[in-house]
Amino acid sequence: MDIHEYQAKELLASFGVSIPRGGVAYSPEQAVYRASEIGGSRWAVKAQIHSGARGKAGGIKVCTSEDEVRQAAKGLLGRRLVTHQTGPEGRVVHRLYVEAAVPIERELYIGFVLDRKSERVMVVAAPQGGMEIEEIAKTAPSSIIRSVVEPAVGMTAFQARELAFGLGLDAAQVNRGVLALLGCYRAFRDLDATMVEINPLVLTKDGQLLALDAKMTFDDNALFRRPNVSELRDYAEEDPRESQAAEYGINYVALDGEIGCIVNGAGLAMATMDLIKHAGSSPANFLDVGGGASPEKVCNAFRLVLADPKVKAVLVNIFAGINRCDWVAQGVVNAVRELQPKMPLVVRLAGTNVEEGRRILQQSGLSLVTADTLTEAAERVVATLKASGAKAGNGKK
Amino acid sequence: MSILIDEKTPVLIQGFTGDKATFHAKEMLAYGTKVVGGVTPGKGGTQHLDRPVFNTVKEAVKATGAQASIIFVPAAFCADAIMEAADAGIRLVVAITDGIPAQDMMMVKRYLRRYPRERRTMLVGPNCAGIISPGKAMLGIMPGHIYQQGAVGLVTRSGTLGYEAASQMKALGIGVSTSIGIGGDPINGSAFVDVLKLFEEDPDTEAVMMIGEIGGPQEAEAALFSKEHMSKPVIGYVAGLTAPRGRRMGHAGAIISAFGESAAEKVEIMRSAGLVVASSPAELGATVAKTLASRPRRVAVGQ
Repeated sequence: MDIHEYQAKELLASFGVSIPRGGVAYSPEQAVYRASEIGGSRWAVKAQIHSGARGKAGGIKVCTSEDEVRQAAKGLLGRRLVTHQTGPEGRVVHRLYVEAAVPIERELYIGFVLDRKSERVMVVAAPQGGMEIEEIAKTAPSSIIRSVVEPAVGMTAFQARELAFGLGLDAAQVNRGVLALLGCYRAFRDLDATMVEINPLVLTKDGQLLALDAKMTFDDNALFRRPNVSELRDYAEEDPRESQAAEYGINYVALDGEIGCIVNGAGLAMATMDLIKHAGSSPANFLDVGGGASPEKVCNAFRLVLADPKVKAVLVNIFAGINRCDWVAQGVVNAVRELQPKMPLVVRLAGTNVEEGRRILQQSGLSLVTADTLTEAAERVVATLKASGAKAGNGKK
Repeated sequence: MSILIDEKTPVLIQGFTGDKATFHAKEMLAYGTKVVGGVTPGKGGTQHLDRPVFNTVKEAVKATGAQASIIFVPAAFCADAIMEAADAGIRLVVAITDGIPAQDMMMVKRYLRRYPRERRTMLVGPNCAGIISPGKAMLGIMPGHIYQQGAVGLVTRSGTLGYEAASQMKALGIGVSTSIGIGGDPINGSAFVDVLKLFEEDPDTEAVMMIGEIGGPQEAEAALFSKEHMSKPVIGYVAGLTAPRGRRMGHAGAIISAFGESAAEKVEIMRSAGLVVASSPAELGATVAKTLASRPRRVAVGQ
């Protein structure tokens, strides 16, 4: 789960990381009030969407008067921001963060990730921040410092010191760096994060070390024990179909193609997508109905897939282990009767209770194409799609 | 022969009396697995499926001599159950449970290393389908009937994709020595390499099929390992060629977040390490058949 910049900053501040003064705003009036509350004469008005690279997309405005703050807030609220992380559809700005704009001496990078190779928390730091870590890795790979944390002990003071000196902080600043690093680590550990990134961490002209931007991602599997984190979820930032799928207990990821997929198991679901591509078409989604799929759950899967206007055909691919083909077949029959999709439908069933499942499909009298193997399934769905496309084309003449 | 389990392995079921555990315990018993008892804290002293229930794993091991366990404990308590099994001296633990927090797994992996190598626990999973040695024993949730007994070792991240491979092989008359699901979590017990080592040492496994997916370094590490240390052919497949970067595909670990983690990059690494890679998931069985056919028959030493 991702959260907004201002939420990450509040969390990190509670672990001892210094941040500039700031406050959240939902209207231009509130933004102006925040600016006057913060004081000073320069403020940054920042769009709060779950994406990096907001500055380049015009989502961050530096203002020097309250009127400018009002204008900036007016311009940003309700605007659709497109960054390379949001995809072409972008994200609509509903919240702003107004922050004191600080005079910057130097920008640094620090990040904490769950490293899958060492299976530990890894700290990544670089003395030149402000750009993305991938970019730093390309332009100055030797400047990146990495340090792995021993889980039984946690991050040690010497480790944080080594990193702080490595960032080029001088003796007067190094303790501030240590506090920021240890604070981030404790936040990572105590809140079950999977990523904490401060980019940039800035050294100000008056010698402070402040988190100017902050990003945190959390382990979905641990949200049950982190109520203070899970309440930060912003559903407006999520694909509504994916939120709906989560309610149904289904794993769904929207993609760009034309064949809707309903599969059990994440690996088989990915393989089915690959197979569709291999057969010359493209998948409209990733969908894993999971184990123990009831007829109702299968019907819900159809609702999700058919809600996508790009879908021109549906492929159901079930290899039942814990699942039962007869239940899945009943779900398919119910869904087709209830939702009446006007598109080709190919069903491939295998595994537990497969004969019963096939019998239910046959006796339903519905016009669906069945397949016994994976190859047949993919070839048939692409072929029926092409055939129905040709028919639709003829119909127009 | 097979690796890790056979019909003689005494097995314990942790979280024994729950619905899912009960359902799968019946399946495992029907398949011929030697289930000697189970653990549900608070229900010790009772009987379930004609097997004794214990309060702790230590008691269960003492009374039954169990050597392996399979865990169906809910995610919030699963890390604890794994560590309890390790501390009781269980040598093989299969964790079926899905949704364990990553930091819990980090702790579990650290904990398992506190024991000397000769009594250390091998963990398979979590979030996996388990292990089956066809015709002998099943320590998992797979449909047993789709596996034919034979000489190909199967190791997969995904459960259902493993079923697909096994059934494609069976349709071509190819059997499996042992099939192991290592699970789809970012931090898991045994990696591909750990299982490849065992298959290489097993005299009755002639070839290995390894099915990976996007995310993490384990497929690449396994490719390198098989190039340097394996005499047996390894046939690979990686799911997720069409998966976009940065999107999680169902499994907690199935996400491309770094260089070398995409399916295309992993396939390239496998090919350059000399592995045969199936071009599509419909070709899993056929690719194994082709590899076995092109391989010179083994000649027994001394003939």
